[in-house]
Amino acid sequence: MKSSFKNMTIVMFCITLICSAAVGGVYLLTKERIEQAATIKFQKALSVVLPAFDTVSQESVDVNGEMITINTATLEGRTVGYAVSSNAGGFGGTIDMVVGFDADGKVVGVNILKHSETPGLGSLIANEGNILVNQFVGKNPAEMTLKVRKDGGSIDALTGATITSRAYINGIEKAFNAYLRKTTGATAEGYTGATTVNATDKAEKGEENE
Amino acid sequence: MSKLSLITKGILKENPTFVLLLGMCPTLGTTTSAINGMSMGVATMAVLILSNMTISMIKNLIPDKVRIPAFIVVIASFVTVVELLMQAYLPALYETLGVFIPLIVVNCIILGRAEAFASKNSIGDSALDGIGIGLGFTLSLTTIGAIREILGNGSIFGWQFASEGMPMIFIFAPGAFIVLGYLLVLFNKVTAKNK
Amino acid sequence: MEYLFIIIGAIFVNNVVLAQFLGICPFLGVSSKVSTSLGMGAAVLFVMTIASIVVFLIQNYILVPLGIEYMQTIVFILVIAALVQMVEIMLKKVSPALYQALGIFLPLITTNCAVLGVALLQVQKGYSLGESVVYSASTALGFALALVLFAGLRERLELNDVPKAFQGTAIALITAGIMAMAFMGFSGIV
Repeated sequence: MKSSFKNMTIVMFCITLICSAAVGGVYLLTKERIEQAATIKFQKALSVVLPAFDTVSQESVDVNGEMITINTATLEGRTVGYAVSSNAGGFGGTIDMVVGFDADGKVVGVNILKHSETPGLGSLIANEGNILVNQFVGKNPAEMTLKVRKDGGSIDALTGATITSRAYINGIEKAFNAYLRKTTGATAEGYTGATTVNATDKAEKGEENE
Repeated sequence: MSKLSLITKGILKENPTFVLLLGMCPTLGTTTSAINGMSMGVATMAVLILSNMTISMIKNLIPDKVRIPAFIVVIASFVTVVELLMQAYLPALYETLGVFIPLIVVNCIILGRAEAFASKNSIGDSALDGIGIGLGFTLSLTTIGAIREILGNGSIFGWQFASEGMPMIFIFAPGAFIVLGYLLVLFNKVTAKNK
Repeated sequence: MEYLFIIIGAIFVNNVVLAQFLGICPFLGVSSKVSTSLGMGAAVLFVMTIASIVVFLIQNYILVPLGIEYMQTIVFILVIAALVQMVEIMLKKVSPALYQALGIFLPLITTNCAVLGVALLQVQKGYSLGESVVYSASTALGFALALVLFAGLRERLELNDVPKAFQGTAIALITAGIMAMAFMGFSGIV
């Protein structure tokens, strides 16, 4: 077909209009389903990282300027644990995770919601019972040096995935700070020191680009 | 050209990966395992068939000068639709394939077929062409994914047969280049013999 | 310091071509000579940096306020295509010399998936405007670096006696694989 300014404008306008309308329609149709998929995933994560509970209540706490969501789980009115939504910059992008603590601050479980780490190496963090999560379960992070051995800490990294392991630990530290803020009301200063927290933030920002 | 050959040509004679060398980015980027390669192939095939049919349908309405932009809008819309559907129904797969799903838009195979085939042929033939080329692409991606998974991870379609001592390099970036390179060598050898 | 991490990460560690598999087509297509690959690298640097600013503004001031982030792909590809056209027209007027050097590469950039890929990734990573620009420019530099190094290798390859079945893209891919291995060595530095 011959092009003139008029027919070009009209055709492009119509195509764009129809296409946007179609995409908008599909978006509306799938919206609920997409949200549902995310909720189901989150519910599953909660059941993995928390002891048995009947109700959860959600709130946000401010840790160094970042709002972190904490889910407080109760069983028959008694607080049994906290599930903290945390994140950290890994090797391939942001790692989103939920870290569960019991009422005494011991780690119950860690669930990875989203990651883009190297398949076969860093991606192992998403497996149940990987060596990283096993080093945390049942322990209070305040009693550990939250660093991989290579950096002078006490935690064994995943083979060939030091950056991912660092990010994992940073994510847990962030969650633990949020937990402290929630339970003690104080900033993390009393435990790990505000400087540590800031350093963590910096390290995370940097590693996001690795 | 018979209807059947429209489909079969994409698998060998005009194989998008090994002969036309199109769509290299997803070919290398998403083939860390057989299932990932296959899923990417199927997603691309879906967009290809839909865009081929739509473009064939509206080919007489589009002025020549805005042909390419119009095609791009149509393709981008279908990609977004596929993206939304995957997010809703196959969220785990959507996360694995990541940024390569929206990047189907710039996959030269799709724009190439729109321009070279769909804008000149009937809706039915364009659909068959989409199926053929899409199958060829899916087959190549699955093969590359399977080889990388077997060599690098000791598994096939998720079924583990060797747990340790596999050269993991095949899962990493260099493995993608090298596996595809050697497959091309093989392909060249076979086609040279048939000539 | 953070910017330094972004720069080193984007150029060496997560090299756009050799680690992220974006922009493979021009990488294989325009890498037979060092001089052309320099031109292509410069054109990509130019477009990617401008695109990153435009895409940042569109994402944060149009798509997010309207709640239509799902239109991202469609909007970004159109913006990039229009941008490339505009850059071409403006360059022709403003700097004919630069246009002569980069002109033929510009149309090829619309279908360079690295440009769209980086635009999508910068949004996904949640970078600020400054970080986005630094990230995009560094990614483009990484692209140029890989392209020029690869062209140098291919110029040498020309002089070698490559077995028939390996000729062309096959040997290029295997060479790229070995280069990617070398680049993996950078993963420890950040």
